Amino acid sequence: MAETVSSAPGGHGAHAGETRRDFLYLATAAAGAVGAAAVAWPFIASMNPAADTLALATIDVDLAAIQVGQSITVTWRGKPVFIRHRTAEEIATARAVPVSDLKDPQTDEARVQKAQWLVMVGICTHLGCVPGGQKTSDVKGDYSGWFCPCHGSHYDTSGRIRKGPAPTNLLVPDYRFTNDTSIRIG
Amino acid sequence: MTSVQWKNPVVRWVDSRFPVFSWLHHEYNEYPMPRNCNYLWSFGAISMVMLVTMILTGLFLAMHYTASTTTAFTSVERIMRDVNYGWLIRYVHMNGASFFFIAVYIHIFRGLYYGSYKQPREILWMIGVVIMLLMMATAFMGYVLPWGQMSFWGATVITNLFSAIPLVGEAIVTWLWGGFSVDNATLNRFFALHFVTPFVIFGVVVLHVAALHAPGVGSNNPRGIDMKGPQDAVPFNPYMTVKDSFAIVLFLIVFLGFTFYVPNYLGHPDNYIPANPLVTPPHIVPEWYFLPFYAILRAINFNVLFIDAKLGGVIAMFGAIAVLFVLPFIDRHPVRSARYRPLYRKFFWILVANVIVLGWVGAKPAEQPYVAIGQVATFWYFFHFLVILPWLNFVERPDPLPTSIAEPVLKGGGRLAAGAATAKPMEKA
Ligand code: HEM
Ligand code: FES
Repeated sequence: MAETVSSAPGGHGAHAGETRRDFLYLATAAAGAVGAAAVAWPFIASMNPAADTLALATIDVDLAAIQVGQSITVTWRGKPVFIRHRTAEEIATARAVPVSDLKDPQTDEARVQKAQWLVMVGICTHLGCVPGGQKTSDVKGDYSGWFCPCHGSHYDTSGRIRKGPAPTNLLVPDYRFTNDTSIRIG
Repeated sequence: MTSVQWKNPVVRWVDSRFPVFSWLHHEYNEYPMPRNCNYLWSFGAISMVMLVTMILTGLFLAMHYTASTTTAFTSVERIMRDVNYGWLIRYVHMNGASFFFIAVYIHIFRGLYYGSYKQPREILWMIGVVIMLLMMATAFMGYVLPWGQMSFWGATVITNLFSAIPLVGEAIVTWLWGGFSVDNATLNRFFALHFVTPFVIFGVVVLHVAALHAPGVGSNNPRGIDMKGPQDAVPFNPYMTVKDSFAIVLFLIVFLGFTFYVPNYLGHPDNYIPANPLVTPPHIVPEWYFLPFYAILRAINFNVLFIDAKLGGVIAMFGAIAVLFVLPFIDRHPVRSARYRPLYRKFFWILVANVIVLGWVGAKPAEQPYVAIGQVATFWYFFHFLVILPWLNFVERPDPLPTSIAEPVLKGGGRLAAGAATAKPMEKA
């Protein structure tokens, strides 16, 4: 009977057969694992951003109407982007800070393309809340920039983290000036 | 398994081919329960009733709910206002989640007090912790569905926890979201997962009960000693079926009292404001059943060696559940029940108070003195499990244990079965 043949101890060619059989077992198991991974992959990948989601990934913003000292919030990839027309004073305070004082050291110059225009993703780098500071009536925190109420992160006039649990500065997205008063984000 | 002679010929025919009747008889009729179990032993049955309630109400909600960022909120409002009895079904589902957690948390603390996680119930206990984790995931995703402000920002903060993972964190979060923020793709997958996880929970509950009814395991009891024979036990039916039914009715009275009279007491009013990705509410709080864990997450606001505060908080929060998972291997004291462990008993109640403090801190803003209190309470939580329990393994001298379950029970006037018990007090089953 079939069962007894395959399991017969010390049967015909037991010794030579064992290594060959071990190899076949391993090869089968490896092929099975690769196959399982290949089946799993489309499912896992289907959860990543879809093509239309990726296609929506750029926007154009006209800055002409934003007065000095004013901020606007636009939506990009479902996230708020803060655009602030900074005052000369804000620029000066941001540039006066020694980089060594910063938790996430970065100069103000590295964070802007034109000094008066600060563009950044308005998402707290801690756990993703939207910090206040866009409206004049908002609490702007100890450094007169933005303040995240969720767990108390303070950002300065360059959007850099100064105090609280957030690990890094507010993210500056990829953007470029398409003319003097318009930008394309993404 | 004793084979039963079924009278009904159809039952007999089926049973001899597929012994479902014998099986039910064995597990829910003659299953021996220790005769001294108190009402804390009813919370397993109560949890089961709540799970079925959630699946039933959820199924009917899903017939009217639409998982899309533009219509989710209004579809829930439509359920509340226009769908026949929609308000009832939704309020039962909403409050049912809370009362499900109340039942399960009581069930867990019962196990902690009476040492139900100890040999031979370690696997039973670990399966229970898995159920708790699955429930948390289910409730979290369910809370996102009405797409209110708390739904959206709760989802944002919790999914962002994964960004704390070094290197792959950001990629994982994008994958969870299916985009660059919590959005339509996220809502859709949360609905799909929220629909299916309760059925997974149901399957794991079957394993949980199988681990309980396994030969040589069985139910623990307030004395924490093994049953020594039939004089220590009562058959499940009618004793437990009746007692559990009574407990279920009492529990349902409280649960439905909330549902009908203060249906929004346990919820947060901000969730009746439609989600707005551009405005975070000034004060985000999770549902009450997550508060102690949320407090532990926020307590770690400092870096530990190379682990930054964000990752540290996440590790501590998941660690709080992980210690429960390995508890059977931490507490190796041979005596189960806290009744005979004077030291453990005190520390148990301190732990209960500590968890309540954590829950209270979790609802407060991240300011002093709450942050400091939360840190002390978080420290104590881990100190209890990682230092005090191992220490008690060595130093605790238990009070004398009763020789059998029947003995102390009968001394207190157990007239009914006294004859049977005194006749053969120590006989083995
Ligand atoms: C373990 C069991 C379950 C738990 C703990 C649970 C928990 C929750 C929670 C907390 C909510 C939010 C309630 C609110 O604030 O409105 C919710 C909503 C919802 N759940 Fe469940 N649920 C469970 C099972 C199910 C099942 C099995 C289904 C479907 C078959 C379902 C379908 C829904 C739907 C459609 C909503 C959105 C409507 C609403 O918000 O009331 N749930 N769930
Ligand atoms: S999300 Fe901003 S401080 Fe936590």
